[in-house]
Parts: sequence; structure tokens; C-alpha cells
Amino acid sequence: MSDIPILTLMIFIPLIGVLFLLFIKGDTDFVNKTSSRVAMLTSIITFFASILILKNFNYLDAGFQFVEQHDWIVDFVNYKVGIDGISLSFILLTTFITPICILATINSVRDRLREFLITLLLMETMMIGVFCSLDLFIFYLFFEAGLIPMFLIIGIWGGEKRVYSAFKFFLYTLFGSIFMLVAIIYIYIDAGTLDVEKLLNIEINKDYQKYLWLGFFASFAVKTPMWPVHTWLPDAHVEAPTSGSVILAAILLKMAGYGFIRFSLGLFPDASIYFAPFVFILSVIAIIYTSLVALVQNDMKKLIAYSSVAHMGFVTIGIFVFNKQGIEGSIFQMISHGIISSALFLCVGVIYDRMRTREISHYGGVVNSMPKYATLFMIFTLGSLGLPGTSGFIGEILVLIGAFKFNYWVAFFATIGVVLSACYSLWLYKRVIFGEIKNDQIKNLTDLNKREYIILTPLVIMTLVLGFYPGLLLDLISSSAGKVSENMINYMNISTYIK
Amino acid sequence: MAYLIIMFPLLGFLITSFIGKKIGDAASQFVTCLLVFASSLISFFYFFQFIKGSEVLNFVIFEWISSGNLNLNWSIYIDSLTSVMLVVVTSVSFLVHVYSIGYMQHDPHKPRFMGYLSLFTFAMLMLITSDNFLQLFFGWEGVGLASYLLIGFWFKKPSANAAAIKAFIVNRVGDFGLAIGVFLIFKFTGSLNFSEVFQQIPSLDQKKINFLGVEGGLITYICIFLFIGAMGKSAQLFLHTWLPDAMEGPTPVSALIHAATMVTAGVFLVVRCSPLFEYSDISKSLIILIGASTAFFAATVALVQNDIKKIIAYSTCSQLGYMFFAAGVGAYHIAIFHLFTHAFFKALLFLCAGSVIHSLNEEQDIRKMGGIYKKIPFTYIFMIIGTLAITGFPFFSGFYSKDAILEATYFSPNNMGGYATVLGVFTALLTSIYSWRLIYKTFHGTYRGEINKYKKIHESPVIILLPLFFLTLGAIFSGFIFKDIFIGNEHQDFWQSSIFFKDQFILKHPPLWFLLFTPVCGLLIIIGSYFIYIKNTHILENLKKINQPLYNFLLNKWYFDEIYNFIFIRPTKAIGSFFWNKGDIKLIDGFGPNGFAKIIKSISERAVLFQSGYLYHYAFVILIGLTILLTYLLL
Repeated sequence: MSDIPILTLMIFIPLIGVLFLLFIKGDTDFVNKTSSRVAMLTSIITFFASILILKNFNYLDAGFQFVEQHDWIVDFVNYKVGIDGISLSFILLTTFITPICILATINSVRDRLREFLITLLLMETMMIGVFCSLDLFIFYLFFEAGLIPMFLIIGIWGGEKRVYSAFKFFLYTLFGSIFMLVAIIYIYIDAGTLDVEKLLNIEINKDYQKYLWLGFFASFAVKTPMWPVHTWLPDAHVEAPTSGSVILAAILLKMAGYGFIRFSLGLFPDASIYFAPFVFILSVIAIIYTSLVALVQNDMKKLIAYSSVAHMGFVTIGIFVFNKQGIEGSIFQMISHGIISSALFLCVGVIYDRMRTREISHYGGVVNSMPKYATLFMIFTLGSLGLPGTSGFIGEILVLIGAFKFNYWVAFFATIGVVLSACYSLWLYKRVIFGEIKNDQIKNLTDLNKREYIILTPLVIMTLVLGFYPGLLLDLISSSAGKVSENMINYMNISTYIK
Repeated sequence: MAYLIIMFPLLGFLITSFIGKKIGDAASQFVTCLLVFASSLISFFYFFQFIKGSEVLNFVIFEWISSGNLNLNWSIYIDSLTSVMLVVVTSVSFLVHVYSIGYMQHDPHKPRFMGYLSLFTFAMLMLITSDNFLQLFFGWEGVGLASYLLIGFWFKKPSANAAAIKAFIVNRVGDFGLAIGVFLIFKFTGSLNFSEVFQQIPSLDQKKINFLGVEGGLITYICIFLFIGAMGKSAQLFLHTWLPDAMEGPTPVSALIHAATMVTAGVFLVVRCSPLFEYSDISKSLIILIGASTAFFAATVALVQNDIKKIIAYSTCSQLGYMFFAAGVGAYHIAIFHLFTHAFFKALLFLCAGSVIHSLNEEQDIRKMGGIYKKIPFTYIFMIIGTLAITGFPFFSGFYSKDAILEATYFSPNNMGGYATVLGVFTALLTSIYSWRLIYKTFHGTYRGEINKYKKIHESPVIILLPLFFLTLGAIFSGFIFKDIFIGNEHQDFWQSSIFFKDQFILKHPPLWFLLFTPVCGLLIIIGSYFIYIKNTHILENLKKINQPLYNFLLNKWYFDEIYNFIFIRPTKAIGSFFWNKGDIKLIDGFGPNGFAKIIKSISERAVLFQSGYLYHYAFVILIGLTILLTYLLL
């Protein structure tokens, strides 16, 4: 096992798929069909590769495993990859969501399907790359390169205002990343290496930590997204095609959360402690403010997008309370949000494909013609509002328990978000699903087809399984998250602090 | 075997939801009834074990959450308190399942309905058999979900949907309090397991914390937040507004969830946490205050309502108030005793009301009823028995439990005890008045509905009457049979460690006049209200005219909904719109991305002017540049 560069293989399997896709020739039908199959197969192989890694993963080891290292640019850039429990959980999320996305794409995207699939697979490589990188330069490459396929997905296959949204997305995130690049360059000059494993053991000059932290923060905050740099997200979601929204919500946003845990906390512990209150304020505002904004949205996707911002507020709180429940909770919340929000976007996609509108007011009484769809949508809505028994609950409750140990104010206001999430979720559900049939179009809707079932069922299962048996994920992240947390608590050096 | 109590209803839910359509309505109904019946048999088995004096049972099913020092299991915990709740929940649930077969016979979604009932039963059982706060919270929100689904069962009705959401959200407000209480407990005890938490409470007695800038006792804080949760679930004053609206759901639901079981979860929580509440006099006073006020408030509103189900709903609200102030004065076992008897007679009243509604072809307005007792004699008799029980008529079940509560408050050392006694007695009188008003207006006098409907009035089928019969037995005998076990002098033998009394609870005997006061008044009211509501209705009309503002005040339920709409709902939406339009669009986008875009555009527009293409423009600029450069170099 140890001789096979399995991580590298996994990262580049989607790229191999892309190569195949490029060479498919023939008439449109043939190209579409074959490329769908190739893409599907590629993503499934990648998924199995990640499962194989999980099987060989040592749960008790908190350090990096499967490490591979090659010189790229001597003395400057190493190609170094490796994973711990935290990165593996995000990799699994990526490889799990991508086949679902591809399946959702196949019938709903009609023009330039092959190109769409290529961008999706490119995305997958970039995203897995981000979670595997153990070299800041490689990380930055993957992190930024992931922007391009997303930009194309929104800009080419998006809705009416796609160009505005695509540029807004691109410039917003690029703007943040520039600061991160500067910070990375400074780290290289200061420490002489970009190797993450080495950097984690070096203490970076405390005076500069704050500036470097801010550099990284600028990038991650935009991507999370945190208030007030969140306004690109609703626009991007509204314009993106369904599978674009899914990738965006499920995985792209998580790169920031992952970045916070791995780099902000890992490299700049003092600065993280220093800035924690600042993060809390932004997060609490995000939770309450965006929940209220979500309440008054007229567009389904926009509503879910705003709810994402609120959910990510819990994540950032969890990370910066530094205790084990907080960090595990925020990772759990990210994975759970990855599953539930993708499912919600897919649910919107299901009726959008039929009705060609996302306006809530055009709906009503959908349950009469689509009872099965209504049931699944209900489960995801409940997951989104954090009902116990769904994965959404575990993440929220762990974060809140962690936050409560740290600071009452933060936890108190964050808990208000739990009430608000019930309001906007259930109100959305009621307006779309319940009531009398609103118009003839709704009367003639057909219930879920087989493909849609195949797409949504794994997500339902994961939502419930993680809700009833969260150990599945908690065991995986426990030792790595514990290490991060212990490290932070050592730095805090406050004896009264309860572990 | 204990697993089965919980697993049977879950199985029923799963069967109906996955293959309910395939196996058909009858099979779905049969399977769910049978499964709940089985779990009620097992519940009775455990109950009798505990009467004999069994040990506490605690099984771990499997690990739930393990993160740092937070370790929780899915578990089953049965002690005397749980066993009482098990009997109440499973037996009422079974009877309601059976009743639903008859009541929902014209509904096209029978498997779904039965499934939801079983889901509710499952969640409720998870709540009461939990050995930790988080599984309790799971059940707590689970019953909320089932309640939401069942209130909104007729999803085409906008009012039902609105009521369903209202119920869920008001409950969430309560859950918010419960959650904060739970977080506080975990922060200071490092555990959420009941026994581990309760062990540490005495040592935290004097601990003070500064919570959100207010200094206070830790245990008091915990208790108050837990109680807020209880208020939401049990529809106590300020968080009660969802319960009357919840009557939009089918009547069996109202009987099971909104009368007998779910709404009593708050009382259960307080009693379960008696080791906590016993250490906080402030929170106990608060419970008495809220409980007694609710009892009074709801009874006044019930006096003037015209919807048969709403009257009973307010009556439930009022009776829950009794249970709370009983717990507040430290008579936890009496609170549970009242919960126990109340479950039977209130479920009975609701199901009778359902039978009336069913017979009258979905008529719920008592102004359109009257004089129908001959047409539906069985329902009439059952309802009379239910009414005798709730009004505390001697030797019926309510008599024992309600009197015990009033006696306990009478002797309570708590400074709120007097308040509760006065309101409790007064409310008991109001209870009699509204209950008999309901009987008289519904069954006696002359029929006031549409004439052609009158002929169609018919007694309900046996499948509806049979559950009523069994509940009637409960309403008559449950007080008399169990009073010695539950609240007699030897009550400690039964409750063992499940209820904690800091000081031993001894029931003293109050003066005779106090004992006789309520039953005698109750008797007088039966006669008096007959005169007012049937014989001389003009007295009432005059009373209404003279006190029009008061009447409207009561009719509109003290204007709670209007006030909440004004101070919570409308501002929330307004703030949301404000944040969106002014915050996101104007401020952030306006100054952020769009603002930048504008600035860059205008700069580049100006920059474009430089590239005019005219040679003399460029020559001029070069000349000026040269001049400045030379000047700089020379000086």
C-alpha cells in the first residue's frame, strides 16, 4: 500500500477522465452519451479510491498519513501531499458529491454537456488537491485554480445575469486571495520553507502573525463567506446551474473552513486567539442578519444561499472557540451542510427543471402532484433547521456546546439562529409544497423520476445516518481535531479554561 | 423487552411510510394499532413491576455522540416516573390509534395518518425513556415535528398550515430556552447524563455565575431556562398561543398530542429535574407564578369561546397550569398524579368532542348545536363523565388529583403558595362553569343548527365508542385506584429515587371548609349554569352587554396573538427586508463590488481621454513633463 502514490492517483484520476473526454468525437448525441458515461465512471472510480484510502487510514494517528513528497522547483516548491482525519472527511465529501452532481447534470444541461463535465472533473481535481496539499504553494495553486472552472460554470451555463454574477464571484474571491498570496510569500521569506508540516512546528514571529493571519483571513472570509463579504454568494447561486450550486455550496465554501482550521489555527495560533472575538462578532451577525434576510427572499435559491451563510456562521464560531466540541462540531457542520444544502439545491433543481421558475410565489400545493418529492424535501428542510436525528443537529449542538464553554454572549446569540432557521425553512416549505394547487402547471407536475431518486436517496441516507450515528464521522476526525484543539488550548495558556 | 416498547411504534411508522400504500388502508391501520397495543402491554408490565418495587432499568442501545468529554448514548431508562409516563403514553396512544380508524374513515391518506401517530408515539417514548438531556431533547423536538406534521395534516387548509408552523416555531422558542439550560448544565457538570448531573447539583448549590451581564445562582439560571422549554411545550402563559391554533389538526391528534401526552412533557421535564429545581427557590416561585396565572388565564378565555375544541384546548392549558404549580410547590408526585388522571379524562373529552363533531358532520361551533343528547346518548354519557372528572366531582379521578394539588399549595411554605391557592380554587370554579356550559350548549336546549342537518345526526360507530368507553373507565377509576400508590403516605416507596424531595413531603390535612369548598361550589355550578345557559339565557345576554369590553377581551384571548404579531412578527419581517435592501444591496454591494466597478469605470473613462490620438496633445504632455523634470533636476 505504502509504495503506491494513492493520493496523487486520486487527485489526478479526474484529470485522466478529462483527457478521455477531450478525445470523444462524433455527432452531438454520441458525444453527450459517451462523455456522460466517461465522466460518471471517472467520478465513481475516484470515489472508490477515496474509500480505499479510508479503509487504510489509521484513525488513531493524529498526524499526516499517505505523505508523498517530490521536488518541483528545488528549494522553493515541493509537491507534497498528505492527509489527516480532517482532510480525509472533506475529500470523502468531495468524491461523494461529485458523482451526484454529474448525474444531476446529465439530463438538465443540454448544450455543451461535454465541456460542462470537463469543468466538473477539473473542479474535483482542484478540490481534492486543496484538501491534500501539504505545501502552501501547492495549496494556493489548487485553491485559486478552483475558481476558474466555477467561473466558467456560472458564466457559460448560468441564468440571465450570469456574467455579472460570474465576475462578482471571481473578483470577490480573487481580491481576498491576493492578500493570502502576499502572506504566503512573506512566510517563505521568513521561514524559508512552505512545507506545512514543518511550518506547523515553527513559531512564526508574533508581531507579524497578526498581519499574516489577516492575509489568510481575507481570502477565507470571502470564500466562507462571512458577513459582510457574503453578497457574491446569493448571486452566484441564483445564476449557477443546479450542479454548479451544489459544488459551490457543498465543497467550495468548505475550502475556507478547512483553511481556517489548517492554516489560521495551525500557523498563527497567537493571532487566532487575538482575533477570535472579531470572528465571533462577524459570525453572530452573519447568523442573525442573514437568517432575517433569508426570511424575506422571493427566490428559492437565494433563500437557501442566505441560509448557507448563516450555517457557515456556526462553522466559524466553532473553529474559533478552539475546544474539541467546537472544532469537531464545525467540521461536522460543514460536512452536514455539504450534504443538506446540496440536497436542497437539487430539490430546487427538480422543480426548476419542470417549471422553469424559482419564484416562490409561483408555487403552492406541490405535494398534491409530487408527494414523494414533498417527503424528501421535508427531510432536508428538517435537516437544514437542525432537527435532532439529522446531521444538521449534531453540528449545531456541538458548536453551541463548545461556544457556551467559551463565551455566553456568542452562544446565546448563535442559539437565536436556531429559532430563525426554523422560521425561514418551514415557511419556504409551506409556501412551495403545501396549500391548494396554485395553477395548472403544478397540477400536471410529475413526481420524482428514477434518476432523481438515485440522486437524492444517498443524500437522505447520509443525513439520517449521520444524525443517528455521528460516530461515523466523529471517529474519523477525532484525533486530528483533538490535536488542533490541544495545540490551541496550550497557546491560550489560561488555567481556568475548561477543556 | 424494553427496547420493544420503543421499537414497535417506530416499526409501525416505517411500515406505513414505506409500504403503506401497497398493503392498503386496513392493513396499515391494523399493523400500527397492533404494534402500539403490544408496546402498551409491555408498558403495563413495567408499571406493575414498579408498583411491586422494581429496580431502575438502564439499557444502552448504542453510542450516539462522542466528542471530547461529551459522551452520550441512545439508551432506555425506566424508573417509576418513566413507567407512569409509559402507561399514559402507550395506552392513550393505542386508544387514539383505534379511534382514528373510525374517525378518519373518509380520509384518503389513512396510512400516512397512522404512520404519523406512530411516529409521534415513538418520539414521545424516546423523550420519556431517556437517561440524558440530549436524547430527551431529541424526543422533545421529535414530538414537535410529529405535532407539526399532524396539525398540518390537512395540508390544503391554509389555516392548518399556519397553525402547524406556529406550533413548531413557538415550540422552538421554548426549545431555545431548554437548549441553553442544557448547555449550562454541560458547561458546569461536564455531563448530560441525568444521574451524573444530579449527583453534582448539591455541590453547585451556592455557585454564582454572570450570565449575559446579570449575576445569579447557577442552578436558578439552569432551572429558569429549562422551565422556558417546558413552557413552550406545555403551552404556558406567553408561549401558549400555539395550542388553541393546533386544534386545526384532526381531533384524535388533539386528544393524543395536545391534551394527554405531548403537552405534558414540560411537566415531566420539571419533575424529572426535581433534583435541580429543589435547589432553586426562585425558579420554583416562577413556576408557581406562571402555572397559576396560566390556569386562571386559560380558564377565563375558555368561558366565552364557541369552538368546542378550543374550549377544551384552553381547558388543557389551564389544567397544565395546575400541574406546574403543583410541581412548583414541590409536590412533584401530585403533579404527575394529575398528569395521569388528566390524560384519561382530557383525552376522553377531546374524543367525545370528536364524536360530536363527527356526528354533526364536521360542525364545531357550539352555537349551532344543542338538544342532541337523545340522538347521541353514548357520547353524551361519556362526555358527562369526562366533565365530572375534570370539574373534580367527588370520587371521580380529577377530584383526587386536583384536591391534592390545592391542599399542597395551601400548606406550601413558598411565598407564592397563597397566590396559587387563591387562583387555583377560583379557577376550579371557572373550570366547572365552562365545562358545564359546554355540556349544556352542546347537548341541551334546542337545536340551533341547520334543520336539514338535524336529521342526519347519528351516533358514532362502535370503533369510536369503544376507545371512549375505556377512557371513561380511566376517568372514573384512575384517581381512586392509584391515589394511595401515587400520593399516599407511602408514596416514597413507589417513586423511589425518580423524584427528589429536598425536604420530606408530608401531606397535611387542611381545614374542613377548604376541603368542602370546591366540591360544594362545583355542585352548585352544575345547577346554576343550567339556569344561565339553558333556562334564562337573557341574564347572560345582559351580562355580556354590560361588560362588552371584558367580553371582547376574553373572546380575543387577551389579545395575545395581536400583540405578538405587532411586536414580533411584523418587525422581524421588516428588519429582514431592511437588512436585505439597505444592508446587502445598498450598503455592501453599493460600496463594495458595484461601487468599485463604478469607480474603476469612471477612472478608465477619464484615462481614455488621454489617448486622444492627436499628436499635439501628446507633444504638449511631453513638453510639460520635460519642463517639470528639468526644473526638478536643476533645483
